[in-house]
Amino acid sequence: MPEQAQLIPGTLDLLILKAVSLGPLHGYGVLLRIGQISGSALLIEQGALYPALFRLLRQGLLQASWGISENNRRAKFYELTAEGRKRLDEQTEGWNRSALAMASVLAARPEEI
Amino acid sequence: MRLFASLRSAANSLFRRSGTNNELDEELRSHIQHRADDLERTGLSRAEADRRACVEFGGYVRFKEESHGAMGTRFVEHLISDIQIGLRSLRKSPGFTLVAIATLALGIGANAVVFSILNAFILKPLNLPGAESLYMIERGKDNSPMQSYPDYVDLRDGNRSFDGLAAYQISPAGLDTGGNPTPAWLYEVSGNYFDVLGTKPYLGRFFHTSDEHGPNSSPYIVLSYNYWQSHFQANPAVAGSTVLVNKHPFTVLGVAQPGFYGSELFYAPQFWAPIVDQEQIEGWNGLNSRGNRSTWLVGRLKTGITVSQATTDLQSIATRLDKTYPKEDSQISFSLARPGLAGDMLGGPVRAFVTALMLLAGLILLAACANLGSLFAARTADRSREVALRLALGSSRNRILRQLLTEAVLVSLTGGAAGIACGVTLLRWLSTWQPVPNFPINLPVNADARVYLVSMLLAFASGLLFGLVPLRQVLRANPYQVVKSGSTSEIGRRFSFRDVLLVIQVAVCAILVTSSLVAVRGLMRSLHSNFGFQPQNAMVVDTDLDMAGYNGDRVAPMQRRMIDTLQSIPGTTAVGLTDRAPLSLGWNTSVVFDDNATDFSMSKAAAESMTYMVSPAYLQAAGTTLLSGRDFTWHDDRNAPRVAIVNREFARKLFHTETNAIGRYYRSLDGSRIQVVGLVEDGKYMTLTEDQQPAMFLPVLQSPTSATWLIVRSSRDPQQLASAMETSLHALDPGLPFTIRTWTKELNSALFASRVATVALGVLGGLGAMLAITGIFGMASYSVSKRLRELGIRIALGAQRREVLSAALGRSLRLLTIGSVVGVVLGIAATRVLAYIVYQATPRDPIVLAGVVLAMLLLGLLATWIPAARALSADPLILLREE
Repeated sequence: MPEQAQLIPGTLDLLILKAVSLGPLHGYGVLLRIGQISGSALLIEQGALYPALFRLLRQGLLQASWGISENNRRAKFYELTAEGRKRLDEQTEGWNRSALAMASVLAARPEEI
Repeated sequence: MRLFASLRSAANSLFRRSGTNNELDEELRSHIQHRADDLERTGLSRAEADRRACVEFGGYVRFKEESHGAMGTRFVEHLISDIQIGLRSLRKSPGFTLVAIATLALGIGANAVVFSILNAFILKPLNLPGAESLYMIERGKDNSPMQSYPDYVDLRDGNRSFDGLAAYQISPAGLDTGGNPTPAWLYEVSGNYFDVLGTKPYLGRFFHTSDEHGPNSSPYIVLSYNYWQSHFQANPAVAGSTVLVNKHPFTVLGVAQPGFYGSELFYAPQFWAPIVDQEQIEGWNGLNSRGNRSTWLVGRLKTGITVSQATTDLQSIATRLDKTYPKEDSQISFSLARPGLAGDMLGGPVRAFVTALMLLAGLILLAACANLGSLFAARTADRSREVALRLALGSSRNRILRQLLTEAVLVSLTGGAAGIACGVTLLRWLSTWQPVPNFPINLPVNADARVYLVSMLLAFASGLLFGLVPLRQVLRANPYQVVKSGSTSEIGRRFSFRDVLLVIQVAVCAILVTSSLVAVRGLMRSLHSNFGFQPQNAMVVDTDLDMAGYNGDRVAPMQRRMIDTLQSIPGTTAVGLTDRAPLSLGWNTSVVFDDNATDFSMSKAAAESMTYMVSPAYLQAAGTTLLSGRDFTWHDDRNAPRVAIVNREFARKLFHTETNAIGRYYRSLDGSRIQVVGLVEDGKYMTLTEDQQPAMFLPVLQSPTSATWLIVRSSRDPQQLASAMETSLHALDPGLPFTIRTWTKELNSALFASRVATVALGVLGGLGAMLAITGIFGMASYSVSKRLRELGIRIALGAQRREVLSAALGRSLRLLTIGSVVGVVLGIAATRVLAYIVYQATPRDPIVLAGVVLAMLLLGLLATWIPAARALSADPLILLREE
């Protein structure tokens, strides 16, 4: 098992939006997708996913409908709304900018100053 | 969009809460099953996979709660559960709940009543279309609302600020609908009256300016809706029928809207008649005399004209009047006043009194809140164990506070509702109250939406206020400490917040008790003060001969016959006649001049004197003491030289002497010389609180009047006497309308204001006293129950009763003393204000002071009695076993 990183506070919402943006998913599916694309590098407590999902639902970034899963079970599927996509783009850009800034700060060497 | 979505989600969650709950469960379970499916695929048994999936999921209930929170459903759910828990815990302590609700009901009830009075008389505009632009015109520096009719005509025709200016007078008349004539009260109004006030008839039509063609030209009346209901059986055919007003035929034009009573709040007229018919209605025409000021004016300002512009406009007319009529209108000036309470004449005192009352009611509510605050604090302290346990079990402080606050608001809303219910009942009674005999008083004080809203808001706010008191207690509570030691002890602190609350509360109550005692004493004194006449053992007959068609030379002989008839009733010691009884509604004043005066303009007058036209023996019948000189005789008639009897104040003002007044002369406005033949004691004439007024009595034969008040002095039983009087007067003229009552009853109108003040203050004082009792009781019993164990041990160790009592109650009693002293001092300061309203109210009255101290002592004793008994009966054995 690869070494797992604690989630940076406040990033769960962004992860969920990204995961769902690739296609409708049910809650467990969201976890699997995040695990899959991060190479299981991020640790998310399973139950903690749901308060975040409902928060996004309430903000109108996601919409949900009941359907049948690949396991032939009833499950609630989430997909991105137009507003959710806009938010995802904004936050991705913001994240990239601050990550770049952080990276360059942390990469600074004495001779560059 | 987002807002809409969240609103929708909140609404959904509110209406389909259980639905959401099931859906959430299904979703979470579906998640766990999917995980279990995956685990099963790795080779685990289904049961093991299910178990592992559950564990991996984490705190199921916690996440479910958090999800609910994220969905925005938690608020409603918490509220409902808070209310349920609150109701349950309140039901568990019914004593506390009842005391709390009753306390608040008192506070809110008092405020609801006082606020509706404030609302009815001060806040709410008159119930007329466009009432904000209606103003009364007042005259002179003392803001008298009375104007003369010729001045009215000049103002009406000369101003550029009013859309219309109407005149009205209040007067009584005999109304005969074909049976017995009955006295009724009416408004004599100018033709434009209904148009200026902007009201429409309910039935038929009103009269207008076009109906006025000089004196007695317009024989029309308009009935009030209530009078039409009660005296015409709501007969729609009444319009066009003819009735007799003082024996003169008048046509009923129509009926006014229900609830339309003109522009005075306190007066509900029975009908309206044109003022140009004054001679027929009152028997004489005062409309041509510029010096006779008895007309009230109300006008509608033009849109865009401000009050100050209008005042300037009126002032230019005043200057003109001053120049043209220097005799009557010298230095006249006009100002505007809000209509409704006779301008500033009644408006000033009423506003002052109601404001003072509102302050006191606010104090009551404050005391109630302080009381409830300490009750709730004590209760929270008693529940400190429960609170500590809940904190220890992981409840958040937030939720505990919310729970306590919900309880407080529950109590406050219930108390508020109960208070409003009581208040509304009282108001219903008040609005039908007829305090002045034979005068249609209208007190429009029924509660409206504004009253309900304000009361409920007050209840809610006070709930939050006293609910916040235990806040600190909860925030500081250390669960481990509390659970360990059993209870929080506050030993070592000299004064806690609760102590301060109790002192405030006791002080407020002492203020209320002081004020009400001062008022009650004032009323008692005013009832026993020297009026300048003896109302005991006297009956009054009130009539106007004009109502029965007597006028001119027929009046005096009829009056003489009435006196003689009443005189012949067995047991009658004296019968006197006067045109107005002192201290009744209305009065006459006239200016008098020095004997040497040559300039008879108003500003040169020596005095403005109360004027009474009386018969011989009036003084004897009224019980007014003749100090020197002689009474009138029936020979003081038109052929005899003019004479007068004056009071001591008159003599002081005119002649600067009391002893040598007899035989001296003064002059009336028309210049005629009048000789003083008698001197009587000073008395009260307009109101009980007036400054001493000069008064003169003129022989009725020299100044005839159709207004007739007969004073009959007799020691006989009033009921028998009244029926004997009625029979003999009826025999004299069956068509004469009159009323008979005891003089004491007639005085009700003069004592009305101080009575109302006294009743109001008495009630508030009583409320204050009750709050003091519950507050001290709550505090004392709390401190006893807190220290019961300690007291038990003390008793077991052989403490004396006195020591136990001082340990248990010393603190409460000390606080009570501090509060009382503060309250009495403040109360004495406050009652100076009362002295303006309540006759002879003085706080520096030893009886009042002693009374307050005694009352507070009694209250303290009463309130600490039960806790003291409990402290003394503390049984150490039982107490020690309990823990």
